Amino acid sequence: MKMISILKKTDAQVERKWDARFIKDKIFTGFIIIFSLITISPIVLIISKLISKGYKQLNWSFFTETTPNTYQAMLAVNLGEIIPGGVLNGITGTILMVLIASIMAIPIGIMVGIFLYENQTKKYAVIVKDITDILQGVPSIVLGLISYFWVVKYITNGFSALAGSFALFIMMLPLIIRSTEETFKMIPVSIKEAGFALGAPYHKIILKVMIPSGLSGLITGILLAISRVVGETAPLMLTALGSMVVNLNIEKPTSALPLLIWEFYNDPNMVDLIWATSLLLMMLVLGLNLISKYIISKRNL
Amino acid sequence: MLNGERITKIVLFLTSLIIIFIASGMVLTLMEGAIPAFKEFGFKFIISSDWNPTDGRESYGALPFIIGTIATSIIALLICLPLAFSTSLFIGEIYRGTKLASFIGMMVDMLAGIPSIVYGLWGFYVLRPWVVDMGFNDQGYGVFTAGLILAIMVIPYATSISVEMIKMVQNDLKEAAYSLGATRKDVIFSVILPNARSGIFTSYILAFGRAVGETMAVTMLIGNSNIIPKGLFDTGNTMASLIANQFGEADGLKLSSLVAIALLLFFITGLINGFGKLLIKKL
Repeated sequence: MKMISILKKTDAQVERKWDARFIKDKIFTGFIIIFSLITISPIVLIISKLISKGYKQLNWSFFTETTPNTYQAMLAVNLGEIIPGGVLNGITGTILMVLIASIMAIPIGIMVGIFLYENQTKKYAVIVKDITDILQGVPSIVLGLISYFWVVKYITNGFSALAGSFALFIMMLPLIIRSTEETFKMIPVSIKEAGFALGAPYHKIILKVMIPSGLSGLITGILLAISRVVGETAPLMLTALGSMVVNLNIEKPTSALPLLIWEFYNDPNMVDLIWATSLLLMMLVLGLNLISKYIISKRNL
Repeated sequence: MLNGERITKIVLFLTSLIIIFIASGMVLTLMEGAIPAFKEFGFKFIISSDWNPTDGRESYGALPFIIGTIATSIIALLICLPLAFSTSLFIGEIYRGTKLASFIGMMVDMLAGIPSIVYGLWGFYVLRPWVVDMGFNDQGYGVFTAGLILAIMVIPYATSISVEMIKMVQNDLKEAAYSLGATRKDVIFSVILPNARSGIFTSYILAFGRAVGETMAVTMLIGNSNIIPKGLFDTGNTMASLIANQFGEADGLKLSSLVAIALLLFFITGLINGFGKLLIKKL
């Protein structure tokens, strides 16, 4: 022990500390730390802003009543009260549309993911994979436009929850496909081969061996895909449009939390509601993210 | 002949056709919708800077929005560059494997999860007043403000890919450099960067691709004026933001022009992402 402490304090090392290279290194590291702190500062600023401005509105009626009209909101603001009503129509709309999009995207996404995993070397599968990547990069507003031309114009003949779901479905699809493929790539081939060796048919191996052993990965991928589309506004503006009442008819215009934020933003009387709605949306997105992180950490144990 | 295994394979193959169908249908729909605009204006649609919806004198050109999109995305990339670079080194090298690094990594992931419209709100109520306070312009709207919010939005994408690339650099190489007496800065610049260069470059390309397609946050901050922005603090509009703004009341030639812009946007993002993916494959 003594030897080491003596070695630690040789003259050369004391000198080295003041060497220009080491000073430069310290300065460089300092900059990296400062820039990293700047990078993460928006998340702290945004969340604290949402909480400090939005918590007042988060009461029971916020979750159980529909949006007030401008006049009610104006009266309340003038009297210095909190705005009556809530965002129930947005909550139900978001749940409805994400649910329909998930019902379409999860089975198709997992099946295409399995197809890509099974045919990794085939040219056709590589093309499908590239197209999936391209789909993933398409701006969401373009997907909204597509859903407008396909669903709003030809299927529901008007703005509808179904059109909104379809846009979200196209957004979710590439995310689920890629996460499914990546998950299956991590499962040892021997598990699958053991199934084949027992003479199990192909579909049974998929359903009873591969999907159960990759379940946590699949769920994580699905949750992350949902958290990505839950806050989407642009495609819903062109498809679901919005509604003042709770609507569960998929052929009718429907509201959603992000759409409500956009409406409140455009209405000066509703400003107070913006923050609470954004806070709710953020909690939803971050909650989904945290659950998926938790599942990943469990799997790694 | 048609046993269970074959049926399963055929079913899987058929579902994969859905992807082909959606993608090709998308291109066809956009092309079909864009035909009237391109028929009317031809190639001039891309180079004309006139956006005039007045009846009888209708004239639509995409240039202001192409320039607006590229300008905001480049500003975003320039601001994102030092920040994402530092953060990725922080997570991937300097504090690699520590609790601190995973905490910072988690914060960066959270940034990626924030919906575009919440960024827009925060930009409108917090960033925009800052820009006004600094005296850059009166209203705070403009290309710079939009680029600033875009930078914050794309940093997580650039950072997370860069971290992977930096972590992939072999330890032997780094240790060899350290044993020669290199400082950490030396190792970063003469070992890590030369090895992870193309991967880090790719991460910025993909971040750029994301910035190009962002809609809501930009709409709320760029000022939405359909002209070519003359300076950093001038208002303008981007392609995605224009579609979101004007789609509601659009029909006829205007609708077709918006679809044409969507088609351009589709190809631009496709090219950028395709280029990025190609680079990743080569690694």
